Amino acid sequence: MRTIQTSDIIDAVAKMCVSANTELPADVRGKLEKAMAEETSPSAKEVLRQLLENADLAHETKLPLCQDTGLAVFFVEVGDDVRIEGGNLREAINEGTRKGYKEGYLRKSACDPLTRANTGDGTPAIIHFDFVPGDKLKISFMAKGGGAENMSRVTMLAPAQGWEGIKKFVVNRVAEAGPNPCPPTVIGVGIGGTFEHAAKIAKRGLLRKLDDTHPDPDIAAKEQELTDAINALGIGPMGLGGKTTVLSVKITMEPCHLASLPLAVNVQCHSQRHEEVIL
Amino acid sequence: MAEYKLNTPLTDEDIAQLKAGDVVFLTGTIYSARDAAHKKLVDLLDAGKELPFDLKGAAIYYVGPSPAPPGRPIGAAGPTTSYRMDSFAPRLYSLGLKATIGKGKRDEATRQAMQDYTAVYFGATGGAGALLSNSIVESTVIAFDELGPEAIREMKVEDFPLLVINDSHGGELYAVPDRKAAGIE
Repeated sequence: MRTIQTSDIIDAVAKMCVSANTELPADVRGKLEKAMAEETSPSAKEVLRQLLENADLAHETKLPLCQDTGLAVFFVEVGDDVRIEGGNLREAINEGTRKGYKEGYLRKSACDPLTRANTGDGTPAIIHFDFVPGDKLKISFMAKGGGAENMSRVTMLAPAQGWEGIKKFVVNRVAEAGPNPCPPTVIGVGIGGTFEHAAKIAKRGLLRKLDDTHPDPDIAAKEQELTDAINALGIGPMGLGGKTTVLSVKITMEPCHLASLPLAVNVQCHSQRHEEVIL
Repeated sequence: MAEYKLNTPLTDEDIAQLKAGDVVFLTGTIYSARDAAHKKLVDLLDAGKELPFDLKGAAIYYVGPSPAPPGRPIGAAGPTTSYRMDSFAPRLYSLGLKATIGKGKRDEATRQAMQDYTAVYFGATGGAGALLSNSIVESTVIAFDELGPEAIREMKVEDFPLLVINDSHGGELYAVPDRKAAGIE
C-alpha cells in the first residue's frame, strides 16, 4: 500500500490547471502547423497563423490561451494499492482547482444554473473516478470551454441505424455547429454503454493525443472516415471556409443494451487543453 | 476585400461602406457585455431607466475576460459565441448600437436588424484570447460588478483586428456546410 498526501495532490492539480490553460500541447501545435501548410484560402491561413501566434504569446506572458479557461474536468484513476492521507481525494482535487484558478489568473466560470450566481472559485470541478490495479494515482485534467461544450449532443439511435446512422449524426452535428465552437475542432465520439456513459466516454476520448492511432484498426479506419467526411463539409477555421474543420476524431466504443445504440458527440475547441499527472 | 481603420463612435457612413469579408482595425472605446449583462440591460430598458453607456454609435464586444494579472490592463480576452445574445441584439441595434463583436452564426432576426438599422457584426478569432488582449490598452468595470467575468467593462482599444461577418446589406461571410460532399445527403 502506497500513501499519497493530499497536499501533493493539491499542488499537482493547481499546477496542471495553470499550465494546461497557458501552454498549447505539442501535438495540437503540430496539427495546426500541418493545417496551415495545407490550407490554400488566405482567411483560413490567417486564422491558423493567429492561433499559433496566440500560443507563442500565451507561453511568453503566461496569459491563458483563451479567456474561457473552462469548467475544470478531471478523469482520475485510483490504484487499488493507494491510500490517500490528509483528507478526502475529491476535496483535494477541488482545493487544487481553487488554488490553480486563483494563482493562475484563470477565469472562474462555474455558476448556479438558474440564478447564474458565480461560485467564485472555479469549483465544483467535474470529477470522474475509476479504480485500477496498481499503486499509482493518475489525474487527467481538461479545461472544457462552454462555447464548444454547448455544441455537444447525446442521442439514442435505433440499433438498426448502425454505423451509417452514427456517421450521419456526428457529421450533421458538426455541420450544425458551424463556426460556433471555434473550428478546427476535436470531436470525441462515444458509442455504446448507456445514455450517461456514452457522454462520459466521448469526453474521455478527448484525452488522447491528436496524432495517435486507435489500437483497433477497424475503429482507427472509422475515425479516419469521420475526419474525412467532416473536413469535406468545408466549414474551415473559424467557419470562414477551408479544408480543416476538424483536427482529429476520437472514437470510444463499449458494449450496450441489445435494444439501444447510445451515441454522444463531445465537441472540443482547437486548443484541446489537457494534461495529466501520475503520482 | 478591403481594409479599413475605424474609430468609435461609429457612424452610418462607417458601417454602410463595409462588406462581408472586409478587415477592420477598430480604435476607440468598446463595451463588454455577454449573457447576464444583456439580460440586465434589457431589464433597465423595460423599466425605462438609463443604460450604463450610450448605445449611439457604440460597439459591444461579447467577452468575459480572464482576470488581469499584475501589470496588464486585462487578462485573455477573446470573443464568446454570439448566438446567445441574438434574443437581445435587434432591440439594441434599433436603439443606435452600430456593431457587435463575437464569433459564430447570428439568427435571421439579428441579421435583418443589421440591414434595418445600418449595423454590422464583426468576428474576432475565437480562442486567440492572449493575442487579442494586446489590442486592449485600458479596461474599467462600469456596471454590474457583481457579475464578475460578465460585468460590463469600458475598454479602450487600439487597432483591434476584426473581420466583417454580416454587413448592413445582407452579406455574410460564413461558409455553408457542404453536406453532399461529406456524404450525409
